[in-house]
Amino acid sequence: MNNKTRIAETKTPEKMILDVKDLSVSFKTLAGDINVIRDINFSVDSGETMALVGESGSGKSVTAMSILRLHDEEKMNYSSGSIYFQGNNLLGSDESAIKNVRGSEISMIFQEPMTSLNPTFTVGSQIMEPMIVHKGMSRTAAKKRAIELMELTGIPQPHYRFDAFPHLLSGGQRQRMMIAMALACEPKLLIADEPTTALDVTVQLQILLLLEKLKKDFSMAVLMISHDLNLVKRFADQVCVMQEGNIVEQANVAALFNNPQHPYTIKLLDSEPQRVIPEGETDSLQDKKELLSGHNLKCYFSSSKGFFKRTTNTVKAVDHVDLFLREGETLGIVGESGSGKSTLGRCLLKLEKCTGDIYFDEKQIDQLKHTALRPLRKEFQVVFQDPYSSLSPRMTIEQIVGEGLQIHFPQLNKEQRRDKIKNVLIEVGLEDNILWRYPHEFSGGQRQRIAIARVVILEPKLILLDEPTSALDVSVQKQVLVLLRELQERHKISYLFITHDLKVIEAVSHRIMVMKDGKIIESGETSQVFNKPKEKYTKNLLTASLFKNEPDEKLIA
Amino acid sequence: MTKNLTNAQLINLSPQQRAWMRFKNNRRGYYSLWIFIILFVISLFAEFISNDKPLIIQFEQQYFYPLFNDYPETSFGGDFATMTDYNDPYIKDKITGNGNWAIYPLNNYSYDSINYFAEIPNPARPSEQNFLGTDDRGRDVLARLIYGFRLSVIFALVLTAIGVIIGIIIGSIQGYFVGKVDLVTQRLIEIWSSMPELYLLIIFASIFKPSIGLLVILLSLFGWMGLSDYVRAEFLRGRNLDYVLAARSMGVSNVAIMFKHLLPNSMVPVLTFLPFRISGAILALTSLDYLGLGVPPSTPSLGELLSQGKDNIDAWWLSMTTFSVLVGTLVLLIFIGEALREAFDTRRG
Repeated sequence: MNNKTRIAETKTPEKMILDVKDLSVSFKTLAGDINVIRDINFSVDSGETMALVGESGSGKSVTAMSILRLHDEEKMNYSSGSIYFQGNNLLGSDESAIKNVRGSEISMIFQEPMTSLNPTFTVGSQIMEPMIVHKGMSRTAAKKRAIELMELTGIPQPHYRFDAFPHLLSGGQRQRMMIAMALACEPKLLIADEPTTALDVTVQLQILLLLEKLKKDFSMAVLMISHDLNLVKRFADQVCVMQEGNIVEQANVAALFNNPQHPYTIKLLDSEPQRVIPEGETDSLQDKKELLSGHNLKCYFSSSKGFFKRTTNTVKAVDHVDLFLREGETLGIVGESGSGKSTLGRCLLKLEKCTGDIYFDEKQIDQLKHTALRPLRKEFQVVFQDPYSSLSPRMTIEQIVGEGLQIHFPQLNKEQRRDKIKNVLIEVGLEDNILWRYPHEFSGGQRQRIAIARVVILEPKLILLDEPTSALDVSVQKQVLVLLRELQERHKISYLFITHDLKVIEAVSHRIMVMKDGKIIESGETSQVFNKPKEKYTKNLLTASLFKNEPDEKLIA
Repeated sequence: MTKNLTNAQLINLSPQQRAWMRFKNNRRGYYSLWIFIILFVISLFAEFISNDKPLIIQFEQQYFYPLFNDYPETSFGGDFATMTDYNDPYIKDKITGNGNWAIYPLNNYSYDSINYFAEIPNPARPSEQNFLGTDDRGRDVLARLIYGFRLSVIFALVLTAIGVIIGIIIGSIQGYFVGKVDLVTQRLIEIWSSMPELYLLIIFASIFKPSIGLLVILLSLFGWMGLSDYVRAEFLRGRNLDYVLAARSMGVSNVAIMFKHLLPNSMVPVLTFLPFRISGAILALTSLDYLGLGVPPSTPSLGELLSQGKDNIDAWWLSMTTFSVLVGTLVLLIFIGEALREAFDTRRG
């Protein structure tokens, strides 16, 4: 096939370190085996970075786990194929042989650094463990090496951190520790399963640069799994695009991005969010009246200790924030995790206690009691990040979408309510015959549409969108953004759009605000902030998250 | 049959249907459930199976239904105007001979009917008349076992139902409102649970006339506590999920959030514990009866039979049969419970 010829030019059998041949994997279920990997072939040379790219459910993680046979053998079936690592078939070898390979020849880092370190041991002892087990090093030698490795991965004060427990470290530091642990035995192959997905953008860039440097220093091969095409474009040498358990295209980075062959690859490359707001609309909104405004908003969480409840530690989640939002406008609030952006959104909608004045539609709402607020709730609605947890799994679609109607439109009878539900489902791009189905029958994108239908049906003036696309695959993400824009144009809804993703915020918002540690660092019109950021933090953020876009000299400088 | 489903069909099943499939997949639990249901349904019709009155009598071209009506002996040519004892050989002769006929139940005794016509002293070993012998007052053991099983199961179901309802209400209030409400309730529960249950029962048994109703009330006062903890924990977990926040942002009232959103998603521990709670309740009743603190003496009860077995250690038919019934019931319930637990374990596909 075309793919094979394109890859063959660069491959030489001598350098080949990992060779996966005709691998098929299936899950064992009550209904028989479900094939999740179908006859895939790829190989990794030493010193090169191979990226497995695909949307969720495409089988990329299953492939990586199969190499180390980390699956529960009772639930998985390696129906055919072989995985050669330095000439040995890993699928054919017994458990003890695999154990010798794991952690010493091939090591792996996982997506979630928060849970992949054992909280009951110090990080130092966890880094030492593979060296003692695989290399038979003495404790003192292992400790010396562990501290070297920690230094290598850029941990400040490694001597001091050696005895730290994982909870004392930040997410980025933990991922560095994971990398140090993975490198402990100088593996020939490092499998990185979405190594930076759980991290903030600025940290992500640091970790990826570190991995790239270490790859050269140790001359190891890296098998990187990612859903992020831009990251892959910047850091990988070879790319395999996976779709539903098949490798649909395989090429080196330049060939794949410049001349994609398979329609799925083309679709993936095309799913980068594009600006959905027409030129000049931002200006035309200037004289619209303010729908929502907040003045001097503060939300502090304090932990108190002792009998007299002395306040020992105060977290200023939202700290002296002022903002306003006009009718029909989208205000993007961007920030890294812990910046207080979600708390700010919840404060504004009175879902969180806070101090400060909040005006909605020229009414002051911050002093209103629970019951007085209830009729107003119709006007401002929320769409949450995770469509899997925001829909109750035991309610039908009709119940979910219709729940608000019963409260805010009690005059409707059952038939009218059902008509309205059907209309709104069609409006958000779903079928109207799904009324009696349950959320689990739908994909992430469809669920997010249902969540949007649930709020749009109330005809609100304002919708708080709290990371509405972060849990979705890229191709679906774009569709949801387009849908949101259509609804805004049709119903003149204002959006308060909270996200950490700068590309998304650039695509949808008229104005943006950058948040850090509960404070607004910078705000202004989208184009202005993106092209001429004033603050250093904003500049860093832009560099880190757009490293993938055409490298813009001005931004890095 | 599950094998014939395609992947697509499997995916389209609702969570409940999948849970049912997993339940059925545990054959032991599935069959246990059926056996238990069948036994319980049969025991509900105990009057038709084990009774000292015939189901139907044709006497001199007339039909009699002694199960539903009382007839004096004189209706069947007897001498007295008292209630007929249909096991009296004299009456039996009258209603079965001479072209008359009667259909007797499978076992000719009710739980309180005494075999006055036994040839051996009580407790009598199993014989043609009393299939499993009689107890020390001459009552048929088989009949007492059937009625005793029924009473135990009904008692356990009622007790469990009350405990579950109270447990859910208190647990959900604690888990949803948290803070002071939770703190105070939790302390009250701790105090309440440290009350010596058994002594209270002994005291109450000496003050009031013992009855099933009193037992249900007393045991219910204590029976809900274990469950409320689980419901509370589920609510604590669930109240922070986005769908609850979404409902709150839509202005749904607290009660509606608790019962429409949180409760259906918190039922897994409740359902999983049901069979174990039922078996616990059966055991509780049995042990109280054994100690003589339970139901009044004439009521058929497994515990009372066991205690007779202890007093008449030679009468193996008393202890062995009761023991088998008790163990059988508990084992069935535990198998069902295991299967339920597996059914709600979503990792099982």
